[in-house]
Amino acid sequence: MQKNAYFKGLTIPLLLLLPQLAITIVFFYWPASQAVWQSFLLQDAFGTSTEFVWFENYTELFSRPEYFKALVNTAIFSTFVCVLSLSIALLFAVMADRQIRGAEIYKTLLIWPYAVAPAIAGVLWLFMFDPSLGMLARGLQSLGIAWNPRLNGNDAMILVILAATWKQISYNFLFFLAGLQAIPKSVIEAAVIDGARPWRRFWTIVFPLLSPTTFFLLTVNIVYVFFDTFGIIDTVSGGGPSGATQTLVYKVWADGKGGTDLGGSAAQSVILLIMVIGMTAIQFRFIERKVSY
Amino acid sequence: MAQVTLTNVKKVYAGGVEAVKGVSFDIPDGGFCVLVGPSGCGKSTLLRMVAGLETISSGEVSIGSRVVNQIEPADRDIAMVFQNYALYPHFSVYDNMAYGLRNLKTPKDEIDKRVKEAARILAIENLLERRPRQLSGGQRQRVAMGRAIVRKPQVFLFDEPLSNLDAKLRVQMRVEIKKLQRALGVTSIYVTHDQVEAMTLSDKLVVMNGGQVEQIGVPSDVYRKPASKFVATFIGSPPMNILPAHIDGPGIVALGDAILEARDLRQNLTEGTKVEVGLRPEDIEIASEGAAGTLPFDVEFIEELGATQLFHGKLSGLPFVMQAATDVVAKESKRLWITVDPDRVHVFDATSGARLGRV
Ligand SMILES: Nc1ncnc2c1ncn2[C@@H]1O[C@H](COP(=O)(O)OP(=O)(O)O)[C@@H](O)[C@H]1O
Ligand SMILES: [Mg+2]
Repeated sequence: MQKNAYFKGLTIPLLLLLPQLAITIVFFYWPASQAVWQSFLLQDAFGTSTEFVWFENYTELFSRPEYFKALVNTAIFSTFVCVLSLSIALLFAVMADRQIRGAEIYKTLLIWPYAVAPAIAGVLWLFMFDPSLGMLARGLQSLGIAWNPRLNGNDAMILVILAATWKQISYNFLFFLAGLQAIPKSVIEAAVIDGARPWRRFWTIVFPLLSPTTFFLLTVNIVYVFFDTFGIIDTVSGGGPSGATQTLVYKVWADGKGGTDLGGSAAQSVILLIMVIGMTAIQFRFIERKVSY
Repeated sequence: MAQVTLTNVKKVYAGGVEAVKGVSFDIPDGGFCVLVGPSGCGKSTLLRMVAGLETISSGEVSIGSRVVNQIEPADRDIAMVFQNYALYPHFSVYDNMAYGLRNLKTPKDEIDKRVKEAARILAIENLLERRPRQLSGGQRQRVAMGRAIVRKPQVFLFDEPLSNLDAKLRVQMRVEIKKLQRALGVTSIYVTHDQVEAMTLSDKLVVMNGGQVEQIGVPSDVYRKPASKFVATFIGSPPMNILPAHIDGPGIVALGDAILEARDLRQNLTEGTKVEVGLRPEDIEIASEGAAGTLPFDVEFIEELGATQLFHGKLSGLPFVMQAATDVVAKESKRLWITVDPDRVHVFDATSGARLGRV
C-alpha cells in the first residue's frame, strides 16, 4: 500500500504526537529516570541526609539472600502462570472455536474474569482457599490433604499461581480465539482432505499458524506476571509466609514502603526495568526472524 | 479411477436453509463434470458433500463401488482444489505438496519422486523452496493443483479454482486443467459460475438453479436445446433474447404481427397459448424488408467487438441484441429486418419456463 497523505515539516506531526509523548514522558520516562537517580543515593535512617554512593545499593542488594529468594520465586511464579494460563486458554479457545451449541455463553463466561480487579480476584481466591472458611480448602482437608497457605510457603505459592493464572486466562483466550478464527477455514479443510487427523492437524497446521499470537501473548504475559500480579499477591498472601511468595516487584514495594530503603528499592526497580527491556527486545527480534511466514 | 454417482442427494443446513434439493447424476470413470449455476445455487455445497466436508442430509454419494456417506474425507481418495488455493502458508511449496503423502506415511524417496514429477508437469520445479506468499496467483494455483495430483486420487474436486485469477491467466489455466485432466484420466467434478469455463471444460454439464438441477447433458446439447428458459439465458453470451409470444398453429408462434416457424415445437398445443420465444443473438440473420417470417428490429447502439459486432436495440418495444459479422453495415437509430433459422427458435412455457419442444 502507498502512503497517500503526508505532512510537510515537523510541526503538525509533533503536535499530533504531543498527547502521547506527554503521557509517556510524565508516566514512564520521568519515574524511570527518578528511579535510576534514586538508586545511586543512600539516605540515612531519619531521612535527613542523602549521599551519592554510586553502585553501593546494587552491590548491597546482590549480597542479600532474600533478593535471590525473590528471584527464584519470580522464576517459579512466572513460569507456572505463563505456561498454565497460555495452555489452558488455548485449550478453551480451541473448544470455543468448534462452534458448539451455546458457544456464545461459553465465550462470555470465559471473558468475565478479565473484568475483575486484581485485588478482588485475590480476595476471591483467598476466600475459597481459606483454611477455616473456604469451601475448596475444606474439600482438600476432607480428602486428607493438609492445606494452609498462611503457614505453608508452598501452599501460598500454589494459591497465588492459581489466582494469577485464573485472572489471565480470559485475556489469552480472547487473543487465541481471534487467532484461531483468523486461520482460513479452507486451509484446515485442505489438511482434513490431506489426511491429517485432528491431533496431527493441530500440531502441524493450527499451532504453527497461531505462533504470532502465541509470541505476542508470551510477551504480554511475562510483563503481566512481573508487574500486574502485585495486587493479587498483596491480597492473597502479602508476600508471605516469611517471603515465600515475595516476587521481585513485590519486594520493590515492600522495601520501599515507608521509605526505609528507598535506594535499595530503586536499584531493584532499575534491575527489573532492564530485565523487561531485555526480554522484550529478544522476543521482538525472535518474532521478526522466525514467526513471519 | 472411479465413477461417481449421486442419488437424490439433499442438504439442509442447521439454520433450515435447503441448499440442495435432491440431486441425482453420475459421472463415468475419467469424466469431467462441471456444475454451473448462479452464486448461491448450492454448487459448492454439493461438491463439499462429495468431498465429505459437509454431511449429507439424505440421499447417497458413491465413489467407485463404495457408498461414501459415512466415510471420512481423508479416506474417500479424493483431492480438492479450493478457490483461495488454501495452501499451508508456513510450508514451502515442496512441503505443501508432500504433506498429504507424509500423512499417509509414504516412504521418503517415493514422496520425493512424486513431488518432483508433479512439479515437472506443472512447471514449478524452480519454486519448490519458496513459501506461498512469495508466489504469484498463477503459481499458487499450480501448487494447489500439484498438491492434488501427487496424491493420485480417484477423484479431483475443484471449487471455482480460477475465480481469483485475472482474465488472461484464467483462459491459460483453463486449457491447462483440461489437458492435465485428459492426460491423467482422473474423474473430475468442477464447480464454477462462469458459463464459458463450464462449456469449454466439461464433457458432462450440470446446470443448477436454486438447489435443483435444471439440465444435464453434453455442453453442445445444453447450448442447442436448453431445457428451460433459465438454462437458455444462463448458457451463452451475450444471453439469449426472450420475447413474449403465443401459439399460432402447429409449429408456429406469433410475435406481435410477425409469424415465426419453430421446428422443434411440440405440435399439440392449443392456439393462443401464451409462450415465450428465445432467440440467440448469434442465430439472427439479416433479411430483406417485409419478407415472410421477418421481424423489425430498431438498432439503437452498435458495439464493435473486433471479430464481431453487437447491435443493441428494440424489437416490438422490448430490448433485443443481435450479433453480426463485421462486414454487415447498419446504422444506429435505423430499422433492420431480421430472420431466424426455424431450427433455432426456442419456445418456453410462459409460466414454468420449461422448453416446449424436443429436448
Ligand atoms: N454453512 C452454511 N450454513 C448455512 N447455510 C449455508 C452454509 N453454506 C452455504 N449456505 C447456503 O446454502 C446456499 C448454497 O450455498 P453454496 O453451496 O455455497 O452456493 P454456491 O457455491 O452455488 O454459490 C446459499 O443460500 C448459502 O447461503
Ligand atoms: Mg461456491
